Amino acid sequence: MRNTYIPYPVRIKKAELATEDKQLKTFLLEFLNPEDAQAFDYMPGQFAELSVSGYGEIPIGIASSPTEGDDLLFTVNKVGHVSTRMHNMREGDVMGVRGPLGNSYPLKAMEGKNIVIVAGGFAVTTLRSTMVWLLHPDHRDKYGDITFVYGARTPGLLLYGDEWRQWQQRKDVNCAITIDRAVEGWDGMVGFVPAVCEQLAPKPDNAVALICGPPVMIRFTQPVFDKLGWQPEQIIMSLENRMKCGIGICGRCNVGPEYVCKDGPVFTKAQLDKLPKEY
Amino acid sequence: MADKILAKDKLGEFLGQLKKDRQVFGPQAVEGKAQWAPLQAEKDLLWEFSNTHLSPKDFFFPQTECMMRFVNQASDEQGMIMQAEPELKQARALVNIRPCDAKAMQVLDLIFVQDQMTDDFYWRDKRDKTLLVGLACNDPCPTCFCTSMNCGPHSSTGLDALLVDLGDKLLLRTLTDKAQALAEGLPEAAKADLAQAAGLKKAAEESITSRVGMDQVNAREVMDLYEAGLWDRVQESCLNCGTCTYCCPTCHCFDIQDEVQGTIGRRVRNWDNCMSWLFTVHGTGHNPRGTKKDRVRQRFMHKFKYIPMKRGGEIGCVGCGRCVQLCPVNIDVRRVVNDMNA
Repeated sequence: MRNTYIPYPVRIKKAELATEDKQLKTFLLEFLNPEDAQAFDYMPGQFAELSVSGYGEIPIGIASSPTEGDDLLFTVNKVGHVSTRMHNMREGDVMGVRGPLGNSYPLKAMEGKNIVIVAGGFAVTTLRSTMVWLLHPDHRDKYGDITFVYGARTPGLLLYGDEWRQWQQRKDVNCAITIDRAVEGWDGMVGFVPAVCEQLAPKPDNAVALICGPPVMIRFTQPVFDKLGWQPEQIIMSLENRMKCGIGICGRCNVGPEYVCKDGPVFTKAQLDKLPKEY
Repeated sequence: MADKILAKDKLGEFLGQLKKDRQVFGPQAVEGKAQWAPLQAEKDLLWEFSNTHLSPKDFFFPQTECMMRFVNQASDEQGMIMQAEPELKQARALVNIRPCDAKAMQVLDLIFVQDQMTDDFYWRDKRDKTLLVGLACNDPCPTCFCTSMNCGPHSSTGLDALLVDLGDKLLLRTLTDKAQALAEGLPEAAKADLAQAAGLKKAAEESITSRVGMDQVNAREVMDLYEAGLWDRVQESCLNCGTCTYCCPTCHCFDIQDEVQGTIGRRVRNWDNCMSWLFTVHGTGHNPRGTKKDRVRQRFMHKFKYIPMKRGGEIGCVGCGRCVQLCPVNIDVRRVVNDMNA
């Protein structure tokens, strides 16, 4: 029997500041043992506990896609003890990863449908994973139109520029990248995510929307989708709450009877409508 | 599986046999309270007590438990890599555990061990290596309400063997393979003994007059219960002190912390409690259960609504009554649940 509390040892292969405010740093982690990489079998939407000995663990969404190989990508916001320590770690340092944890986006059930992805700020992480997975040659044909809306306050706060610039070139993706206010040197879209969604007016017919972002974005995006006729079953969201064990025992991340770490983090809006707003 | 008679003057031999390959613990009078302690002498073991002051969950889920260790040196080849704590070396037996507490451990089994991923190594190891010999309650307390909580004073759920005190002798009922060896060489219980035990069971059950209803709690929707007016009343007196969570045999929330001293470090888990503001606060400062009402409601909803929904009707309460006795502001779980059930 495997002790699921023991993190797999990993080495920081790459650590890069990801945003101009220096709040976010992106880490590429490489497993020390190939058998651990094999065991870490994940899907887009899942997360892992990043474990730094002497500091603790933090639950972070996996930003890489399993189609990209064994290395794992995480973007970490510097807010607390562990994340601050991680920001000070260097390439080559050893730490731990425990997972994969939680459910994932229902990619199987989404086959044959049009997909609308709406991301705000750094909530884009697991949606990057999803986009890479969807656009992989083995998967792209199984899905209809793909619309990707992603907004941040400034161009310097947009993550994963190398990826979305490529997606913008593709004919099989409708990619809308937006910033809150116009700035010099930005020739892309300007406006809040809800306004961009209103302009694009994605049709609800045979479609699924994955929406992740700060509460303020969700609050104003929701009415846009409601007005377009989207049903709560078609809207999929990912929650985050404080966690410790990550495996549905320790008792703090629950939203009603559902543990965000184990039953989530992915829920449909229809599910969330029946639960307390404890997130 | 077998009903045997254990004469009280043979108790020494019985305990001696248990001690052969196990460490034996039992309720004893410690500082004026019935408390769990290693059993040195047969005479120390309590037979007349309502229940132990604190529950025996500590044997499986210690208040502080080391989970793993590491060398805190980046220069060390194994530095920063976690090594799991070794398994329990010696088997154990808990003698005279009350049926409600044994039931609580069985409920916790459903939470600590769910599937391949949710398989708590530390909990499972200790559970597998511990034999539970229960003592039926012949004289329940006024605060007991086990009969309303899928349990009872003579319940055998979660036990390996149950003892029933018949006065000058004990009825030993073995319930699992683990306990078979205990019954070897003991005389079969006579019909009269079984009838006496059944009479004691009935009398004990009838002496529990507290009734807590769950039918409406089960029937009502989560949001209906969540938004009920009763929480405003409950939260008014609640201090969020957490006493109820620490004395509760089924409360199982924990925190995980790293401790470092020089070049060595360890990761420990500690009992935590849902009454604490820090329990749920995000790194950003946002707190999904930011008010006292949110937190006290969470505790009751978790035990009486969420756990039954997720664990096939099992309740996160066994009716031991400890929280009723120890709450500094007299919040009575029976009244709260009956209000939820209204």
